Amino acid sequence: MPDPAQEGAEGIQGTLDFVYRSESRRVLATLVRLLGDIDLAEEGLHDAFAAALERWPRDGVPANPRAWLVSAGRFGAIDKIRRRARFDALSAELADRIEAEASEEPDAPPEGLEDDRLRLVFTCCHPALQPDAQVALTLREVCGLTTEEIAAAFLVSPTTVAQRIVRAKAKIRQARIPYQVPSLRELPDRLDNVLHVVYLVFNEGYLAAQGDLLTRSDLSAEAIRLGNLLSDLLPEPEVLGLLALMLFQESRRGTRTTPEGDLVLLADQDRKLWDREMIRRGRELVDRAFASRRIGSYTLQAAIAALHAEAPTHEATNWAEIAGLYEILRRADPSPVVELNRAVALSMRDGPLVGLDLVDAILERGDLLDYQLAHSTRADFCRRLGRREEAEASYLRALDLVRSGPQRRFLERRLLELDPPDHRPAT
Amino acid sequence: MKYLCLIYETESIYATMSEQDLGTMMAEYNAFTQDIKTGGQYVAGEALKPVQTATTIRIRNGKLSVTDGPFAETKEQLGGFYMIEAPDLTDALRIAGRIPAAKTGSIEVRPIQVFN
Repeated sequence: MPDPAQEGAEGIQGTLDFVYRSESRRVLATLVRLLGDIDLAEEGLHDAFAAALERWPRDGVPANPRAWLVSAGRFGAIDKIRRRARFDALSAELADRIEAEASEEPDAPPEGLEDDRLRLVFTCCHPALQPDAQVALTLREVCGLTTEEIAAAFLVSPTTVAQRIVRAKAKIRQARIPYQVPSLRELPDRLDNVLHVVYLVFNEGYLAAQGDLLTRSDLSAEAIRLGNLLSDLLPEPEVLGLLALMLFQESRRGTRTTPEGDLVLLADQDRKLWDREMIRRGRELVDRAFASRRIGSYTLQAAIAALHAEAPTHEATNWAEIAGLYEILRRADPSPVVELNRAVALSMRDGPLVGLDLVDAILERGDLLDYQLAHSTRADFCRRLGRREEAEASYLRALDLVRSGPQRRFLERRLLELDPPDHRPAT
Repeated sequence: MKYLCLIYETESIYATMSEQDLGTMMAEYNAFTQDIKTGGQYVAGEALKPVQTATTIRIRNGKLSVTDGPFAETKEQLGGFYMIEAPDLTDALRIAGRIPAAKTGSIEVRPIQVFN
């Protein structure tokens, strides 16, 4: 932090910006615990920074800015409730209670502060809230994104996001969703839900489902930040597994698209440009998760991603081991998407015909009929087998389902590159 | 015999009611409750918070699923209940018919099952 002794008003502004970026989410989480209400805490946070802007230039930056802000926010909120209390007896009771608690415990214990963020994560990701609202609320309250930023990232209107957040906060308040880390007995299920929210955020950033930008890196970065926070506070094996998985995927970000925004397949990416530091960290996390001997589906997916990340070339990838891991994953967490991925790995080991039979079996069961990647994968197997017409039909089906611009352009290019029909007119 | 009277109504109408109409309605509820208490027909009764606060849980294959929202999305929502004591359905329906919401919503009357 800059030295408070040597700064004028501009220096204070810089310090405030820095403190805001590094502390505002922690301060908010603690205020939510102290005030018992997210809206009150947000107002308190706002008051605290307004007070800092006024007093720090005059009195200097306090030794512990975080504790100062928590205390300013808490008393700002008590003032507000007091003013409302003139009109309503409930608010008066609330103000008394918060004030009494504040005098019992003048400064929040510093070791409790990080737990506050974890509490806030579990509140925002409570399964009694709508899934969309869990995502929006987590990004808003834990990551500090604005409503507009969330709306832009998910391609919905700011009004929609604002409504989701307002409704979720009302439910937290009225149905009394607790502000706490779940008990050990409930933790596995509740943690699953939190990890799912983080994964949704990451995926939205990793592969934009709609729109023209293939990667929306801001969301991926937020998801990784959440993953880091969780792995610091609650280093359960699956937390480490999910963070590793995200790091492996993110390590390839710069190579997944051309400068023009076109998609580059794994086989064609420039492996020299993959982020080695992320891959190294990912490997470390996967190893830690495996060492726990409690191996879940994120850890298995991360182990698969690790084999890709560490392969010197696409051809030299250990496809047999990848297929084996997909088989374990399929048994642990059965899903047709996992079967599809296993089919791809097996096709690399045993040839495209093996892959095609597996994909056709999935589609014949009626699974993944509306899943674009199932049809583009099938098209690719047919292309490799020289079955031009079948490949064309599957590419066309995939094109019907595709929503993102880069993916559409990729499929169109593949379609054009198919060998011309054998029955060319004789000349 | 005990009957449960479930009060279904369109919640959104309360947002459009004037202070005065809300006051009138509350007075009607208070009078009704007082009346059946005096008559010895009242067992219990509560109003519920809005349906947006509802959470539904299910356990399937040993796995608990928790979802936001009521058991079923319907045009009218469960807003409260009375448990009453009445000798038979005719009497129960007569009492239920005096619940103020009968005029704007619907009251479902269900006899309580007694296990011997």
